Amino acid sequence: MAEAVEQKEYWRWPETIWVDESKNWHDAEVISCGIDLGSVSTQTVIMTDGELYAYSNLRTGSSSLDSTERALNAVLEKIGDMKREDIHYIVGTGYGRVSIPFANKTITEIACHGRGAVYIYGNTVRTILDMGGQDLKAIKVDSRGKVVNFLMNDKCAAGTGRGIEVMADLLSIPITEVGPLSLKVDEDPEPVSTTCVVFAKSEVLGLMRKGWPKEKILAAFFRAMASRVVELLERVGVEPDFAITGGISKNVGMVKRIEKMLGVKALEPKIDPQTAGAIGAALFGRALYIKSQKK
Amino acid sequence: MAKEFKIEPLKVWDDFKKYREKYYRDYLEAKDNGGIRWAGSAWAFDAVPAGLGEDVYPLTGEPYGATVAFFKDFSLQALEAAERKGVARDLCGYLRNYWGSIILDKYVLADGTIVEGFPKPDFNYTIHICCTHAKWYHRAGELEGGIPTYAVDISVGPGYLLDDKKIDYVVRQLNDSIEWMEKVTGREYDDELLIKAVYAEADSMTTWAKICKLNQNVPAPLEEKSMFTLYALLVLHRADPRVAELYHKLYEETQDRVKRGIGAISNEQFRFLTDNPPPWAFLNIYRYMEREYGAVSLGSIYTFGLEGAWLGMDEKGERWIWEPAPTPEEAGVEITNREEALRWTAEYNLRYRPGWQHPYSHKIRKLETLQMIRDWKADALIMHINRGCELWALSELEVRDYLVKHGIPVATYESNMADPRDFDEARTWNVIDSFMESLGRKKLSKQ
Ligand code: SF4
Repeated sequence: MAEAVEQKEYWRWPETIWVDESKNWHDAEVISCGIDLGSVSTQTVIMTDGELYAYSNLRTGSSSLDSTERALNAVLEKIGDMKREDIHYIVGTGYGRVSIPFANKTITEIACHGRGAVYIYGNTVRTILDMGGQDLKAIKVDSRGKVVNFLMNDKCAAGTGRGIEVMADLLSIPITEVGPLSLKVDEDPEPVSTTCVVFAKSEVLGLMRKGWPKEKILAAFFRAMASRVVELLERVGVEPDFAITGGISKNVGMVKRIEKMLGVKALEPKIDPQTAGAIGAALFGRALYIKSQKK
Repeated sequence: MAKEFKIEPLKVWDDFKKYREKYYRDYLEAKDNGGIRWAGSAWAFDAVPAGLGEDVYPLTGEPYGATVAFFKDFSLQALEAAERKGVARDLCGYLRNYWGSIILDKYVLADGTIVEGFPKPDFNYTIHICCTHAKWYHRAGELEGGIPTYAVDISVGPGYLLDDKKIDYVVRQLNDSIEWMEKVTGREYDDELLIKAVYAEADSMTTWAKICKLNQNVPAPLEEKSMFTLYALLVLHRADPRVAELYHKLYEETQDRVKRGIGAISNEQFRFLTDNPPPWAFLNIYRYMEREYGAVSLGSIYTFGLEGAWLGMDEKGERWIWEPAPTPEEAGVEITNREEALRWTAEYNLRYRPGWQHPYSHKIRKLETLQMIRDWKADALIMHINRGCELWALSELEVRDYLVKHGIPVATYESNMADPRDFDEARTWNVIDSFMESLGRKKLSKQ
């Protein structure tokens, strides 16, 4: 009888739930919530009077409704005594925002990312690169985080989370390690010749057969992906300060190469940059709630 | 408070719809009375087969592909049928719907009725400019069990660099194609019918250009979603004198709308252009823009330039001129025989069709688009990054960058004119809403 071989899921990135234990939410006048329902991950942020109080960052499942319920419940559970009714205003954003039935309002993720990035990085930020699960966005904002220009790259996995998940699985390296490992080369090799993840995958298989070490393969892959990202950024024009949001902002292998190609350093985040969209949504939520009270 | 404009339905609307319905039916029923069917690109020299008789019915492939695409369920069946035969998904979207329809052996009418049995043409007659055209009909002929096919190569460069040698090259092929048609149909060719068709073709194409030019007015008398229905007759059978007549009626009515200040939408407050064939199964984008932002789509280099005849690049190749091209009468030309007719139709098409100019150089398309934005007083351009057409996709992003450099706001969304599977509704609304937000436009429904 054949034995089942354990299949490790190298692509699986760690989910997080966080609460600021130093605060007491009961003291807050306005509790707002932002939910960023993306194609790969869902972030829920709770803000108390416009300050980050709690968030969850979970994987999006096959049902949008279940994913948002799960993400919101997870953060409420971690807080302990907060109920959904305690939240004054919920704003939904992200690819699946229309599927959040309990949101008071939905706002585009580009607007939310702009606003959230300014919260995370400060009001000197002018260019934001959002590297998400399935798309890339280059966003230009003013000092209030208002979007003045943007470009999106959809329908292409190059430079996105999905593309990197594919590579982590192929090389059997946990996704959190692919970035640092790719920097363990003295010099970057030539990039893989294509930015298409499907074709890059077959090229990488060829490199594995040739006996290339994994760090060198990853360096070649990330270099190609980074060049694709830089092309998008150059189309909108990079104006400092420059910041990166989204899940891939945690991949040092991508970030370092993008910085090198651009000749610009990205700002250091003070808060998990994957939550930028949800933070922006929660901030919009607060403003909308206050506005509704004045009427 | 935004200004309210008076709106009125178009009186000629039903005539255009009826012509299109009859066109597909006529082709289907052509054989009942011994008529001739031919199929080919909407860019084929439509006037040339007209010399075979008054009972000659064309089926142009791109509009047929678009019609299939419009009916999403049938389109899906057709696309999958083509894919099962090994057709790659990145080929021309119209072609895949067309081949799929042949493979399924089903034919769709303008109202969506699906008829069993794809009506085979007597011959395929097409042109060749993009890498698809000739192969499209070569393969279609094979799928149909061996239908003879003729493709006229028209890739001689842009109109402003045209010379006699290039025109001769195309005219020689047209002459040869007439002999070939006589052979494959057994019919004698009538030059008088050809001459009549050549006059009608120019009349239709120039009149359409005049109609499009009227959209420079504020409020715009027409909006692009309706123009897709109105321009359709040009891609179906522009060399039919009845088509030319309908365009004259439309021109008169549009002039009258301008005179009386009748708008296409009542709340015009934002004017934009598009640039490519749209995703046919999702034209609700246009209605969304109107409803939510009072935004009117004035047209595009596609809607105006696919079948409209325009002066185009000036002689030095430095400036694009959006002025209607002259008809034979306006140019003071009298066409009296086959040679003159073929020469006229070759030169007129090669010189004045925008769609046959900009594929040769991104510079042409940049100048053409920027000039359109200026002449039509557009606030922005919404660009469909179209995976369905290799030719119209050329230079898209170069044009985007060029416009942005000139201070024109541009939004881009990805889709496919003829493959509904490539349209992502959530992403498209996201782009549109974000774009309008970045321009400081608020949704009217939220005000
Ligand atoms: S690819 Fe474009 S230009 Fe070529 S046949 Fe298809 S629709 Fe026409």
